Amino acid sequence: MSIEIVNVGKRFGDFVALDDVSVSIPSGRLTALLGPSGGGKSTLLRIIAGLERADTGKVDIEGVDATRLPPQKRNVGFVFQHYAAFKHLTVRRNVAFGLEIRKRPKDEIRGRVDELLALVHLEQFADRLPSQLSGGQRQRMALARALAVEPTVLLLDEPFGALDAKVRKELRDWLRRLHDEVHVTTVFVTHDQEEALEVADEIVVINEGRVEQIGSPDDLYDRPANEFVMRFLGPVTQLGDQLVRPHDLQLSTDPTGIGVLGRVARVTRIGFEIRVDLSTTDGQSVTVTLTRNEFLALGIQVDSEVRVRLAPGSPATTVSAPAARPATPTLAAAG
Amino acid sequence: MTSSTLAPQRPAAHRRSLRGGLPLTRVSGLGLGVAMVWFSLLVLIPLAAVAVAAADGGWAGFWRTVTNDQTAATIRLTVGTALLVTLVNIVMGTLIAWVLVRDRFFGKRALEILIDVPFALPTIVAGLVLLALYGPGSPLGVNIANTRIAVFLAFLFVTLPFIVRTVQPVLAELDPEIEEAAASLGASRFTTFRRIILPSLTPAIAAGAALSFARAVGEYGSLVLLTGNLPMRTEVASVRILSSIENDNLDSAAAVAVVLLAISLAVIVVLDVIQRRVMRRG
Repeated sequence: MSIEIVNVGKRFGDFVALDDVSVSIPSGRLTALLGPSGGGKSTLLRIIAGLERADTGKVDIEGVDATRLPPQKRNVGFVFQHYAAFKHLTVRRNVAFGLEIRKRPKDEIRGRVDELLALVHLEQFADRLPSQLSGGQRQRMALARALAVEPTVLLLDEPFGALDAKVRKELRDWLRRLHDEVHVTTVFVTHDQEEALEVADEIVVINEGRVEQIGSPDDLYDRPANEFVMRFLGPVTQLGDQLVRPHDLQLSTDPTGIGVLGRVARVTRIGFEIRVDLSTTDGQSVTVTLTRNEFLALGIQVDSEVRVRLAPGSPATTVSAPAARPATPTLAAAG
Repeated sequence: MTSSTLAPQRPAAHRRSLRGGLPLTRVSGLGLGVAMVWFSLLVLIPLAAVAVAAADGGWAGFWRTVTNDQTAATIRLTVGTALLVTLVNIVMGTLIAWVLVRDRFFGKRALEILIDVPFALPTIVAGLVLLALYGPGSPLGVNIANTRIAVFLAFLFVTLPFIVRTVQPVLAELDPEIEEAAASLGASRFTTFRRIILPSLTPAIAAGAALSFARAVGEYGSLVLLTGNLPMRTEVASVRILSSIENDNLDSAAAVAVVLLAISLAVIVVLDVIQRRVMRRG
């Protein structure tokens, strides 16, 4: 195991940022720390980097106890949401910074920086200042700068958070490919479940200073440990006392079939998918999403009588206390 | 569409037009005119008048005036002390600004206000304060009246706020993440300061240093009481100019003024060059 976090706790005044967190982060993998804002995931990342000191607990990096080490001695690469570019230095000098500090020979630095600039596709921008780059380019520069010192672990704090949707998607794919090339142990923080599911090998879900679940994207999506993970990773709706995904629900028009009987209240088309809102006979609102073809094959419309059931083998969690649920747009409020 | 075909060329064209100046609209033309007239009346014409007055006695007359033993001594003392004071301010001003921005301590708000006192105080009042504290009847037992230290001290007193006030806002705006990035790349606190923070502060330090130097070169009120204005020893250029005028020797006063003007201009240019160098080297 590359990074061992054992019983780490951190408070800011009265606010508990991390409450007795223990996580093992595997070597050579791409791990996401996923959770809502203010949940403690950035604090955990900063504790791994040494930018924040844990109140309690222990951090091991590659078998070395790093709990008391300053950031300079941890050999971690850190990438910030807002790039943290050295504004007065060119792209080349930014990337070379860590190597210059280590007093490496000039030729070696030049060679290594050229290599890294090629890796992040910034060769032709080497002599520009950060202010002359776009956000995506600046973040790639920051990544090259962090990789230059050959860090044991690479830490990224919401690396794509400040970029617009299209660039974010591109960089996400690019980070995945880069990791497949470089294989450095990488941990990135995100609040975007889609980003985590798409990019990460391993996801740690963190909420209110605690780890909710650790697993592969498939584990988390198909076998959510609890209601929070279920809700956080995708759209949910409630059928009876079960929390399920709207696209795992099946509709049939056969009145004698199995499933809960209901009446179509509303039909909404969103691009390629159709959202059907039902009202069951015991007054519960249920949302079902279908593809356009499935919807046309059913031949239903508002006020049609339908039966709804959960497709066999689909994930579901039991709803605990109705009052504790946050309102989300995809959640049909129970009656 | 035209916009899409033009788009790739636009940045280059934009940069070129900025360098050559944009064509003026009527309103901006009027604005520029008013600004130039104002600037000419207040600055350019008076400066030119001083230069003309200095040239009245011809080059030989000008040279004779400024190489006169007593005059040359005042210029040397003024410029030398002003340079020394500016160097001290560069270190102390940056340090005070750092403490005010980065540290939290009791009485910080009070210190914030007190920093401006030397700037706000009428200089002759400052002179009186200095005389009372460091003059013959000093309660501290420190008598520096009629010495060159008095000149140095008076300059220090009146120029204290300049670098503090120019550096402080720049330092406050610095992104703490930049220092964290440098630390995670292995830079010690000192290296981070020297290679990352200092280059960001240099323009502010240079601007403050230029103001501080210019203010010191022209200082009169705060030192006139304590220094005794002894010829060849503690007399500064501004005092020399005044005594020339009192002796009805306008040409001589103007000649000294032109020399001070030229030196101040040179110092501002040199500071600008140094600042650009440091910025680039990082």
